[in-house]
This record gives sequence, C-alpha cells and structure tokens, in this order.
Amino acid sequence: MIAAPDLVRELAAIVGEAHVRTSDEDLLAYGFDGTWYEHRPLAVVLPATTAEVSAVHRLAHRERLAITPRALGSGLSGGAVPLSGSLVLSIVRMNAILEIDTINHVAVVQPGVINADLQAAADAQGLFYPPDPSSLKQSALGGNVAENAGGARCLKYGVTSDYVQALEVVLPSGDVFRTGGKMVKNVTGYDLRALFTGSEGTLGTITEITLRLLPKPRYSRTALATFARIDDAARTVTSIMASGLIPTSIELLDNLTMRCVEEYCAIGLPLDADAVLLFGVDGNHEAALDDDLASVEELARQGGASSIRLARSQTESDQLWAARRAVAPALLRKKPHKLGEDISVPRSAIPEMIAKIREISERNALLIPVFGHAGDGNLHPNILCDRSDTEEMKRVREAAREIFEAAVALGGTLSGEHGIGLLKKQFMEMGVGSEALRVMRAIKSALDPLGIMNPGKIFPDAGGVDAFTL
Amino acid sequence: MTETRGFSGPDIPPADVFNRCVRCGLCLPTCPTYVETLVETSGPRGRIALIKAVAEGRLDVTSPGFVHQMSECLDCRACEAVCPSGVAYGRLLEPSRTQVERATAARRPWHVRMLRAALLGPLFSSMPLLRFVAALVRFAQRTGLETLARRLGLLRVAGLQSAQQLAPRISERFFVPRDQRWSAEGKRKATVVIHAGCVMHVAFAHVDEATVRVLQKAGCDVVAPRSQGCCGAIDVHAGEMERGRELAKRNIIAFEQSGADAYVVNAAGCGSTLKEYAHLFAEDPEWHDRAAAFSAHVRDITQWLDEVGISEQLGPLERTVTYQDACHLAHAQRITAAPRRLLAKIPGLRLREMAESSLCCGSAGIYNLTQPGMAERLGRRKAENILAADVEIVVTSNPGCAMQMAAALRGKGKEIAVKHVVELLDESYAAYKPSMRPEPASASSSVR
Repeated sequence: MIAAPDLVRELAAIVGEAHVRTSDEDLLAYGFDGTWYEHRPLAVVLPATTAEVSAVHRLAHRERLAITPRALGSGLSGGAVPLSGSLVLSIVRMNAILEIDTINHVAVVQPGVINADLQAAADAQGLFYPPDPSSLKQSALGGNVAENAGGARCLKYGVTSDYVQALEVVLPSGDVFRTGGKMVKNVTGYDLRALFTGSEGTLGTITEITLRLLPKPRYSRTALATFARIDDAARTVTSIMASGLIPTSIELLDNLTMRCVEEYCAIGLPLDADAVLLFGVDGNHEAALDDDLASVEELARQGGASSIRLARSQTESDQLWAARRAVAPALLRKKPHKLGEDISVPRSAIPEMIAKIREISERNALLIPVFGHAGDGNLHPNILCDRSDTEEMKRVREAAREIFEAAVALGGTLSGEHGIGLLKKQFMEMGVGSEALRVMRAIKSALDPLGIMNPGKIFPDAGGVDAFTL
Repeated sequence: MTETRGFSGPDIPPADVFNRCVRCGLCLPTCPTYVETLVETSGPRGRIALIKAVAEGRLDVTSPGFVHQMSECLDCRACEAVCPSGVAYGRLLEPSRTQVERATAARRPWHVRMLRAALLGPLFSSMPLLRFVAALVRFAQRTGLETLARRLGLLRVAGLQSAQQLAPRISERFFVPRDQRWSAEGKRKATVVIHAGCVMHVAFAHVDEATVRVLQKAGCDVVAPRSQGCCGAIDVHAGEMERGRELAKRNIIAFEQSGADAYVVNAAGCGSTLKEYAHLFAEDPEWHDRAAAFSAHVRDITQWLDEVGISEQLGPLERTVTYQDACHLAHAQRITAAPRRLLAKIPGLRLREMAESSLCCGSAGIYNLTQPGMAERLGRRKAENILAADVEIVVTSNPGCAMQMAAALRGKGKEIAVKHVVELLDESYAAYKPSMRPEPASASSSVR
C-alpha cells in the first residue's frame, strides 16, 4: 500500500493542500453520519470539480484504496460511514446551482447543493422541486440521489428517482460518463439514471445532476386531525386514499412522537390523543382545495377523528411542518439511542402494520414511537434504546427483525427512503430475495470489479457482520 | 509532555449534554464557521464529537486541532437554537474552553499571556479602572496620538492592531451608575434596574442614556445600582470561569438589594450571560439557587419593552433600516420577534430584511483578537449582505456587533449608521409633536 505521506502529497497535488485533511480531529469528525456508527477514515479529500473527483478516483483505483463518497452526512442508514479505512470523498465544495431552465423545467446542479437551497431557487422562478426529505435543510442533492430520498410530498409527487433526468457520474476507475438529458422522454438503452439513483455510493460518485421541476402550485393548505385511537387514524388514511382524493401529504404521529416534538417546540399538539394525522393539500384553484379539505374532514370524522383543525396562517402551517421534520432527532429525548426503521408497505396494509408494530413493541417491552408518511405506506418505527444495555439490545435486534418480517409479509419492504447502508444489510435477502440480490451483486462487480466504492454497504457480508454491534 | 487525555478538575463538559447529539446535521447550515469552510470539523456536530472524544480519552485536550476548534467556534449558539434533540451547546463549549485554557496556559507566548491577563484580569473586574483606561484611549483618539502610533507601527509591535481597528469611539461622558433613580413618565408600571455594562457605559453611554429615557416613557422607574459591574461574559467565553463567578456574585448582590421588578440589559451578550448565571454555579448549591432567582428577573430591553408595552407618542422617522439579529439575543435568548415588533411601531420606518440576518457577524466577544482571519471573513460576508439590502441604518442590540459591522462596512468603503433599537425609539420620541397625533381614521379617509 502507498505510504501515507506519498498519498497525502498526491492528493494535495490534485485538490490543493488545504483540501486534504488527515489530522486526528478531522478523521474523528468525518467518521460518522446521522447513525450511531463511527469509523476512522484513511484521509478526507474535498475536490471542487469533476476533473478532481476523477483524478482522486484514478489514484484510489491505482492504489486499491476504498472510497466513501459523502455529501452532508445526514443519512440514516450509515451510507457515508467510512469502513475498511476508506478515503472520505466529500463533495460539499461542489455546491453551485448551474442552471434553472424555465422552458424545459429542469435544474442543473452540483451534488453539494442543499435541497432547501434548490427549493428556494426554483421557487423564485415560480417552479418547485417536490422531493422534500425531512432533512431538506441539512442534506445535499448528491446524497438525496444516492439514497433516492423521499419525503412528505411524495404521496402526491413521487420520490427523487421520479425527478432525476440526467446524471454525470465518475466511475470507480475515474472514467466520467453522462446519462440522460433535458429531454422528457428517453428509452435509449438501459435506464442508467435509475441504476445510479439509490446506489448509495457503491457504483461511483455523482458529480452533476439534472432534476425535473414542476410549476409551483398556487395554493396550499394544512390540516391536523386528532384521533383517540391510532387504529382509527390508520383506517382513515385508507378510506381517504380509496375515495380518490390525492392529498400532497398524509403524515401520522403517534402519542409518544408528539410528546417528544412538543418538548422540542411547544406548538400545541394534542398530547392527550393517541395519534394525529397531518394533511397537506395543494393546487391552483382555491375552491378545489376547499372541496378536497371538506372531503378529508368528512372522511376523518367518519373515521373517528375527535377534531380537525385548519392551519389559520402560513406561519402556523410552516410551524407544523417544521415540527414534523424535527421528529426523528427529537425522539432522543426519551432514550440515549434509537434504531430508526423505514419500512414501506402497500398503503392498504397500513392499519395492519401499525397494529403489528404496537404488538411487537409491547411483547419486547420496548418504546417504539411510530410516525411517518402514512399516505404512501412509508412508516418510521423508531426503536428507542440504550446501546450500553446488552440485554436490551438483544430485544431491539429481535424487534427489528420482527418488524421487517411483518412488512415483507404484508407485501412491503425494508426501506422506503433511507437506503440500506449498514443498518439493514443483514436483512437484504429477506427484503429482495436471493435472485434479485444475485443480480445486484453482478452489477456491482461489473462496475466496480476491485470493490473500492463504499465497501461494506448494502450487501450482507459473508460471515455475517452484525450491524447492531458494529 | 504531561498526560492530558480526558478532562479534569472542575468545569467538565457534561456527558449528558454531548451524548444528546444524534448527529442529524441540522446545525451545519446554521454554523458560521461551517458555512465559511464547509469542513465538518469546523461545524457543531464535529466539535461535539471532538469534545466527546476528549472526554472518553480518545483525543488529547491539548491537541492542536482541538485547541483550534474550541477557539474557532464563535459561541454564537445558532446550532443550539435549531437543535431538535436539545443539545445545550454553550454548556459544552464554555467548560471545554476552560479545560483548554488550563491545560495550555503555560505554553502561550509571553505577549499573548500579557494581553489576556490585562484584558481579562483587572480591566473588566474594576469599572473605575476601565473608565480610567477608556479616558486615556479617548485622549489618544481625540488628540491624534492614535494615528501617530499607527503610523509608527507601535500597535503592530504590541499586537494590538486589530483591537485598535475595532475599538469604538469612546463616549464624551460616561454613564456611571451611582445609585441614581429616574422616575417613570405617567403612571408607574414597574421599577427596573438598568445594567449599565462595561463597554457599554464608556463607549455606548448614549445608548445607556437612551435606554433610561425609553424606559421612563414606558412607565418604569429606573435605578442604577452603584456596585454593579461587568457581567463576566468576556471571562466566561474565554474559559476564565473562576473570574466569571466572582463578577457574577457581585452583580447578584448589587441587584438583589434593589428590590426591582426586572433587571434590564441593553447588550445581548451580557443579557445571555446574566440569564445563565446558574450554570456557573453547578457545583455550589447555595449560589446556584440565588443565581437562578437573579436570572429570572433579567430581561433584554427589547423583550421588556415588548412585554410592558411602550408609549405610542412616536414621531416619524423616514428611514429604511435592516435588523441584524445579535447571536446572543436570537440564539441564546431566542428573541427575534420583539425587536422587530418595536421597530414596526415607529411611523415611517421601513424594515427591509437582509439575507442571513441571524448568521454571526464575527464579533463574538474577543474573537477578533483570537481568530482575526475568520472574524474578518464573517465581517465581510455580513457587510455584503447589508449592502445588498440597500438601507440607511443597520439596527442591532449588542455593542460587539455594532463595532464589528461598522468596521466591516468601513472596510467596504461605506459609512452606514449602526444603531441600537432603543436609539431609534428615542429618536422617534424626540420627533413626536402632539399635533401630529392622534390621527383619526375618518380624517385620513376624507383627505383621500
């Protein structure tokens, strides 16, 4: 292996001395993401151009060094945690919005652009970028594409992959290629955009993204429905979706979740209720929105809602959504750690899935607050725990397995929007089946024969690495 | 070298605070040093990881990167204000600085030690001495001695160049607390203490005076206890906890005796320190409770005026202004709406928000002296945002911010006035003519 000083010298020749970091402090600060894993990288390199990314890849390829691409490191599956002494390749300096094209309705961006910054830039042109992960203020589009991020608005508008129109990718070898373009239709060969979207940094480094934008709906409304029983809330979701209405979002928060959020920002959530549903609707005609909301209200009342209230102002609406986005980190107010799950089931199965999670929670004597994008079937049961309690961690592992099994049995899967990373890799076969896993391995070894891109992610290792104790 | 892994002695960053960090990263885009560098190590999440690593013996408290990060952090607390899991970042940084300070004090070059000793020692402990030094500086400023010293390069030799560039123009007369009592105008609503401050009372005496007048207008009797002094912020932020505690005790004793309903302060940095005195006495139950009772009385001037209501006898000020959120008001005290509500009451005044109004301007106490490079970058960024807003006046609520912004704007070759919220209120009261108001709604509609 290349000697450390030579490596640093070569990296510095590519990106400049200030952008190669190897101090103890830097290696500590780049060793983690939004999960609890922590590993020491070999070095951190922050390139500013595609050419620099390519040169770093060539060097790593030549020296057989592992690379872990990283954007803002807010991921919730361990995707940006550097295993095997990886080189962390941070793309945050590549943070320019290159173009907002108002005729073709696309944005061309570098991967380090923060989601919220694109939203603001699009908004200024009367356009909008729908995918809105809860981390929209602290996650970059490169990471959003690599993890195929979702969000609350995905119920109506779909997920990141529905908006990726073109990509520029640096392959493990350092070769650069582009796929897709500004055109709407494109069936010229395999859809490589779809392949790289959600590839979690295991196939290459994304260096430029063309995203589809939509004209911004003129009006939006927010409403909050309160339920004495979470089962009623769950059944209300299915009855609303069956009625033919498509709200922008239907979010569910259970009682424990509400208590944590209320502690963070007291916005007056009904803490005596078992659950609430938070509705968003949008469109260009106010009268149509009012109609939709009236139908939602009626269905919610029929479903057992004790009250439903409309956000009176934009500020109140913004507060409710900001509170919703703060849920995941706010949960740590009850226990020192959490295992944040991200199961996705057909929405018809939501009532059954929620009942199952409650049952698993009680049987394993664990606190498992449930919240998530109920309208599209993507739930975030978070198992609260203390990692130093080995007995409890055994129950946590068991509960996680049971939740995955229940989701798969209901026709669902392991992850809706966080990705697999480290956190769920030992359950991959259960999630996709052995044949699909074999196809994925074939793609991986064709594109990354040396296995240098983000090693240790997605695929269950031979010998079975335990992500719970890693 | 001695073993310095882990923290020791008093003032240890509490594990229950740093263990609360879930590393979600929501703090990153709010952190001035992160947005300037885009380096994780220079962000709150990185710094918390380093503090945890030292606490767990994985990193040396004197390691250069740790020492640098504890100093590079502005302690602006923007991260704390947005943290969903409630990490009280200030309670980590301040003791960490104390730990670094203790472990590295002996290694500093002699002139830095002297400067720190002079700045942080007697100068802020004794208000008469501070006033004496301020009078000397005023003499130098008025006689041209200062210009001479700068030409001769004397300030550079003494390492005081950036201090001199920032030093405010010393007030013609000081606002010296001598147990004065000013009476409320009209019906008395409350009796309040005014905290005259250290820098405030010699360099912004006019703001202290305006504060008294505006409080009188708001129906408050105002008293200025003689034995008060510096709040201790400069010491606490620099990791000099022991001296901070001494200063805190003096103010607690002085204000307790006043029997006032509220202790009003017009400098955001001081206000946040006064409100957090209890943290200084975590290991001293008796003083801890007294400090907590003291802090419950403390109000920022804008918060207090917003609470009790102000006189509506405001005259027109036809000005376009922007408001800079002082970090220790917006983040540490979470006060952002009150100053804007007060400004909105002034007839004719147009408030035009600048971009990044709550991003630190780089002032942060003695940060200009400890981190001149980063302070200058942040000052330039702030000046650019102010200029882009195209206003006549920048309004803020903290002397450090005022000095930093004035210097940064001068650096851009622009003279834009920097004023405190109470100065504008005071000017507006002065512009009031009884004939102008009340303006009946019917009268204005008949004109149309």
